Amino acid sequence: MRVLAAMSGGVDSAVAAARAVEAGHDVVGVHLALSRNPGTLRTGSRGCCTIEDSMDARRAATLLGIPFYVWDFSERFKADVMDDFVAEYAAGRTPNPCMRCNEKIKFAAVLEKALALGFDAVATGHYANIDVDADGHRELHRAADWAKDQSYVLGVLTREQLAHAMFPLGATPSKAEVRAEAAARGLTVAQKPDSHDICFIPDGDTRGFLAGRLDAADGAILDRDGRRLGTHAGAAAFTVGQRKGLNIGFPTDDGTPRFVLEVRPLSNEVIVGPRDALAVIEVAGSRFSWAGEPPLDPSTAWACEVQVRAHADPVVATAVVRDGELVISVQQPIMGVAPGQTAVVYVGTRVLGQCTIDRTVSAVPGLSAVPATASAAGVHAAG
Amino acid sequence: MTIYLDHAATSPLRPEVLAAYVSALPLVGNPSSLHGQGQLARELLEQGRDRVAASLGADTVEVVLTGGGTEAVNLGIKGLWWARALERGETFRPGRRLRRTRIIVPQAEHHATIDSVEWLAEQQGAVLDWIEVDELGRIRIDALEAALAIGGDDVALVTALFANNEVGTINPVTQIVQAAARYGVPVHLDAIAAYGSIPIDFHATGAAALSVSAHKIGGPVGVGALLLARSASVEPLLHGGNQQRGRSGTQDAAGAAAFGVAAELVTLRLPEHAAHLSQLRDRLIDGIRGIPGATLRGDLDPDGRLPGNVHATFAGCEGDSLLFLLDVAGFSVSTGSACQAGVPEASHVLLAMGLSEADARGALRFTLGPDTTAAEIDGVLAVLPEVVERARSAGLAERKPTLGH
Repeated sequence: MRVLAAMSGGVDSAVAAARAVEAGHDVVGVHLALSRNPGTLRTGSRGCCTIEDSMDARRAATLLGIPFYVWDFSERFKADVMDDFVAEYAAGRTPNPCMRCNEKIKFAAVLEKALALGFDAVATGHYANIDVDADGHRELHRAADWAKDQSYVLGVLTREQLAHAMFPLGATPSKAEVRAEAAARGLTVAQKPDSHDICFIPDGDTRGFLAGRLDAADGAILDRDGRRLGTHAGAAAFTVGQRKGLNIGFPTDDGTPRFVLEVRPLSNEVIVGPRDALAVIEVAGSRFSWAGEPPLDPSTAWACEVQVRAHADPVVATAVVRDGELVISVQQPIMGVAPGQTAVVYVGTRVLGQCTIDRTVSAVPGLSAVPATASAAGVHAAG
Repeated sequence: MTIYLDHAATSPLRPEVLAAYVSALPLVGNPSSLHGQGQLARELLEQGRDRVAASLGADTVEVVLTGGGTEAVNLGIKGLWWARALERGETFRPGRRLRRTRIIVPQAEHHATIDSVEWLAEQQGAVLDWIEVDELGRIRIDALEAALAIGGDDVALVTALFANNEVGTINPVTQIVQAAARYGVPVHLDAIAAYGSIPIDFHATGAAALSVSAHKIGGPVGVGALLLARSASVEPLLHGGNQQRGRSGTQDAAGAAAFGVAAELVTLRLPEHAAHLSQLRDRLIDGIRGIPGATLRGDLDPDGRLPGNVHATFAGCEGDSLLFLLDVAGFSVSTGSACQAGVPEASHVLLAMGLSEADARGALRFTLGPDTTAAEIDGVLAVLPEVVERARSAGLAERKPTLGH
């Protein structure tokens, strides 16, 4: 196969490219330029897309003996990932930009260009597996190393996208093995630190990044009964489940901390309350997709597990498609679920599909749930 | 087998040059040393300088050897500007009064020029008068004359490409120098792209300074020269020994010797070389004419264009897709645009010529060399239609993808 290896300049994508070469594929390395003004040097382990990263990727490609190019997707990245990130916060939601990048950039814009130019697949250094079932259908599965598993951020991929995806690291028992392999191959990035956080916010200061991009005005911090507890500098910068940065001058009656329960960008209000009020027994979203073959009858509830964050544990659940929504109910309440997050549905190790969470249902009877914040589908929270 | 059609980026070392370079490298002796070995190195250096001067219609004393074309351009522009902006003996300080501030510069210059003048503007107080180019990439003499008339005594220098490195259009350098001379303004000419392809007579141009580079004519990388007229003076970029007029630093005897051989060869072979290139260039131009969506750029009049340059844009194609597909097919070409960290951007030259950003993104530059053959041109023409079609199906980078949900 003709394989485009997306090479970030990190150790994972370099080893993934090496394995694709070794598997006998005709491999070309491509570094994605996602910013028109890349930094020159990395600082510590953070950030990406620096000139240094591009050079690291180029040197890895040279060592592997494969051609190497830089493709500029900065415009698409800005429109589909960065602007989306800001718009989601502005709507009171909590987005995952890495998922958006996989969905819109790596396995959409890049893959489409690759296919048009004669490639058969895009290979990345993600830790996930693609298995083929008895009927020849491709399935997305968790990586062998659950600690490194990245199937969650790939859960947005559709059947068409998975058809041309390749994850050569999926079966690797550990990251240490990947580093050892990189060292054995003589790759200069063998000991390069892992990247963390959001690549376009290299200092990790999401709030600082948003501050310059969101219209911010002082607004009220309210409790669930509508009592004003304090003032914030702009609702959009808050995330459901957030505890720090509320700066309310007086404690609760029982001394327990307050958490953000809801963000209302339209009225510029932040609703806070006790941790218990964050517990959720149902999440639902109208924007859902299947990572491969869909269930035979999605309108009949099926047993599954759901994961709501990249590093959250999966929890036992049932899922069903009802009234144009993927509705996921959990047996044990889950905490820290915000609209805009993605719920990925697993059956065993297999990723079945996902939805972007529009609304949640509180686990505490009588408490208002986190409603559909600016939900395009106009779905309203139940009880 | 890879066909190299990117001679404007760098042209392979000629065998005679390599031989001269290799034989000179082990030579012991600093050309500035007073002993016999130093004098031998000095003689090798000066012979190289003689040959470079002769190839450009200049005197030996007018050749300032540099560490490449970029340094030559920097010295030509910054050196002339400093010398003209400041009174002799004056030092740089905030709030100082400058005698002259203006630099007249066309919009389609090489980045060595653009970055130099912009630095002078941002850091040193220069005022830039950008001159429009026409749709062929050629400086508009009327705009130049207007800028000279408006700038008057405040104009420190005019700088311009002898021929454009991307689209190959030759500038009317005599007219440029004559226009500037009427106001007593010195002219720096960037002849890096033109050198070796068309005759250059430094004295005949009347320019104060002219930049060339060795590796574009089959010499080594890291060697260049600024021709500096006897009447002109520059403030140096580099200080530390005054080994040359306007430049300090131990002189590179082997580099000069190699550059000299390359200079002599291109001069000797120029008529034959230019005829060979022109013929192949026109063969390639004719072939590209027939490709749907292709638009040839630059001057198509043979006398107005570098003999080895073919430039075209392909509607709906991304330059990096075209380049990739040709590379895979075994042809080394260029998108012609400047690369920051390998990120292709729409060429400022094409934008200055009036192209839209979308049109400018689909650019390819083919630059031919002494070993290029008709079979190679036919080879690239054989694959080009399919390459263009495929690149067009990949579309432009800003296109919204249909995959996903």
